[in-house]
Amino acid sequence: MSKIHLIIQREYTTRVMKRSFILLTFLTPLFFAAMIILPVWMSTLKDEKEKHILVIDQTHQYINALKSNNTYIFDFIDQPLNQVRKTHKKDKKIAAILLITDDLLKNPAAATLYSEEQVNLETKSYIEGLLNEYLREQKLASYNIPDLDKIIQDSNSKINISTIRWDEEGKEKQSSAELALIIGMISAFIIYMFILTYGSQVMSGVIQEKTNRVVEIIVSSVKPFELMLGKIIGIALVGLTQFFLWIILTFVLLFVAQFFFSNQIDMSMLQQTNQMAAMPAASMENMGNTNILVVLQSFDFVQIGIYFLIYFLGGYLLYASLFAAVGSAVDNETDTQQFSFPLTLPIIFALFVAIYGAQNPDSSLTFWCSLIPFTSPVVMMVRLPYGVAVWEIVLSLAILILSFIATTWVAGKIYRTGILMYGKKTSWKELWKWLNY
Amino acid sequence: MPFLEVKNVVKQYAEHLALNNVSLDVPENTIYGLLGPNGAGKTTLIRIINCMTAPDSGTVLLNGKPLTFEDVRHIGYLPEERGLYKKMKVGEQALYFAQLKGMSRHDALKALKYWFQKFEIQSWWNKKVEELSKGMAQKVQFIITILHEPKLLIFDEPFSGFDPVNTDLLKQEILHLKEQGATIIFSTHNMASVEELCENISLIHRSKIVLQGNVAEIRASFSNKTFKVITREPVLDGHYFELVHQTRKNGGVESIIKKVEACNNNILLSEILQQTEILAFEELLPSMNDIFIETVSGHSKNSIEN
Repeated sequence: MSKIHLIIQREYTTRVMKRSFILLTFLTPLFFAAMIILPVWMSTLKDEKEKHILVIDQTHQYINALKSNNTYIFDFIDQPLNQVRKTHKKDKKIAAILLITDDLLKNPAAATLYSEEQVNLETKSYIEGLLNEYLREQKLASYNIPDLDKIIQDSNSKINISTIRWDEEGKEKQSSAELALIIGMISAFIIYMFILTYGSQVMSGVIQEKTNRVVEIIVSSVKPFELMLGKIIGIALVGLTQFFLWIILTFVLLFVAQFFFSNQIDMSMLQQTNQMAAMPAASMENMGNTNILVVLQSFDFVQIGIYFLIYFLGGYLLYASLFAAVGSAVDNETDTQQFSFPLTLPIIFALFVAIYGAQNPDSSLTFWCSLIPFTSPVVMMVRLPYGVAVWEIVLSLAILILSFIATTWVAGKIYRTGILMYGKKTSWKELWKWLNY
Repeated sequence: MPFLEVKNVVKQYAEHLALNNVSLDVPENTIYGLLGPNGAGKTTLIRIINCMTAPDSGTVLLNGKPLTFEDVRHIGYLPEERGLYKKMKVGEQALYFAQLKGMSRHDALKALKYWFQKFEIQSWWNKKVEELSKGMAQKVQFIITILHEPKLLIFDEPFSGFDPVNTDLLKQEILHLKEQGATIIFSTHNMASVEELCENISLIHRSKIVLQGNVAEIRASFSNKTFKVITREPVLDGHYFELVHQTRKNGGVESIIKKVEACNNNILLSEILQQTEILAFEELLPSMNDIFIETVSGHSKNSIEN
């Protein structure tokens, strides 16, 4: 087995030195960091600009409805529209003119926004919101219910369920289902992506060696199984290198960005926006009230990280050996379809289960899929942040490890025969025969 | 004891018997020719000797001991379909393959330097293989094959793709390797080079060995008892021979004669001597090419009749 390291070394260095690898590895963290920093940066930009809106309220009813705040300043004037338009034509501060011609309860279309430029949606919906709210209260008031103000205020209070998870010692931990969902989805998706991209790299590597006929020289020096294993391990190391570089570079970039923007943004705000950007709108309010640092600490990132690595490697080894077998069975890349499709199917299915499972981490579908080796690397990742019983993890890992040993063995047999077969279209039946050579 | 012994090897693929009870002995320090038409089973046999595939039955012995994967490092194999990593640099690649054969980096570098100098291709070291022409890549591949000084060399069609100058260069190298003690198996369709290089041959046809032995002996056994004799004056049919063809050449007469009665060559010569002065005498042996075609087509006919 002494020559495996030579093969691993070659597979690793030739790939890591490739321009495409270097570009992807160094540009992706920039993209990640930009995704996190840009929303924060943009939110700081937006707040600075005031928007003046001139209101011509012919009914004189809505002065209480349209209250100014930091962004929107409502100026009520009592002049005809044409005159207002003339006098304020050059005034850049005026975002729009709001004309209310009638009682909006009777005539909902009586409000119109005039502007020199296209009024942006945000302004329009903000004004609509204010007016709707005011009309609703007015309608309620028309029922003459005593203490109505109080009732309205009561009904306005917003619900905020905080989730608390008991750990093994029975201690309460403040947790966040939303955050668990995000962490689970991100890690599941990364595993999915890595298995597919690096699995198919193994496949095309094998095909290349076969069509180049390099393989004949190599297997006259090393055993086919060693060659296959060396290739799989070498490419796994490429994947891990890329993954760690992404993490390190993203953090470095974020740190630099924080330093750079430090007078404008503090880190907690950055974190907050980061969470929000990735979360459905409904949970945003919720997160705002929860102490993010406490919640973050409730996740054992080291543990999740270790499981991530194990499941990544297990899943990758399982699929990569099969991809290698497929690569060995065909003559060129266009012939791979019939074999690689059944291979990619379970992994795509796993991603769908993961998306479903992120909201139902304990359903029986997710449970079984987190045990089946072909789906477990992806599906288990969404379950882990919610907390999974130890026996389930052990069982799932044991099955995964046993299966990748089995698939590697099977793949080795197919590979051994396949790499020396030329010019024949291989069928499933033939693959089965090769197992018995 | 032969250096390499193949005993009763059988290899069956799905619906095709690739080798049917093949046996051959390769004596040490000789050049052995493995001949046969396309698809006869030569490559399968070579792969079995290289431990790339296992025979269904039969054994391969090296120095009297069963061949194991460990022995493969003493074998140098030049496959028929040459293959190198296209995107890898020539020097780097040669180093990689040498190390795979078990050479240390240091030894490999030293040996590579020697060979690159000898073939005057030092400037290729940092070129990618895809920048080389086919012939150039073949040269690199040849160096890779012999770099680790294997005791057994297997060349599958070594001359294909080479120009005459380089073919000759390669022939000289192969003979030189033999002088240094290597045993060489050599699979080819080029019968002229077989006559020139090989001591022994096996002719494989339809998975079976149909002809085997020493090249000189085989040619002698295929002899149709034809001789070329150059004499001062024209010769006439004798008791032991008849005239096939006669031409006059500057200063002499060249006659092709055929022995009609079994006899010693000296008796034949003395009969001619009685007629005229002999300037030259030579037996016309059939070329390996003729033997190859005769054997292969003869067998094909037989099997059709059967």
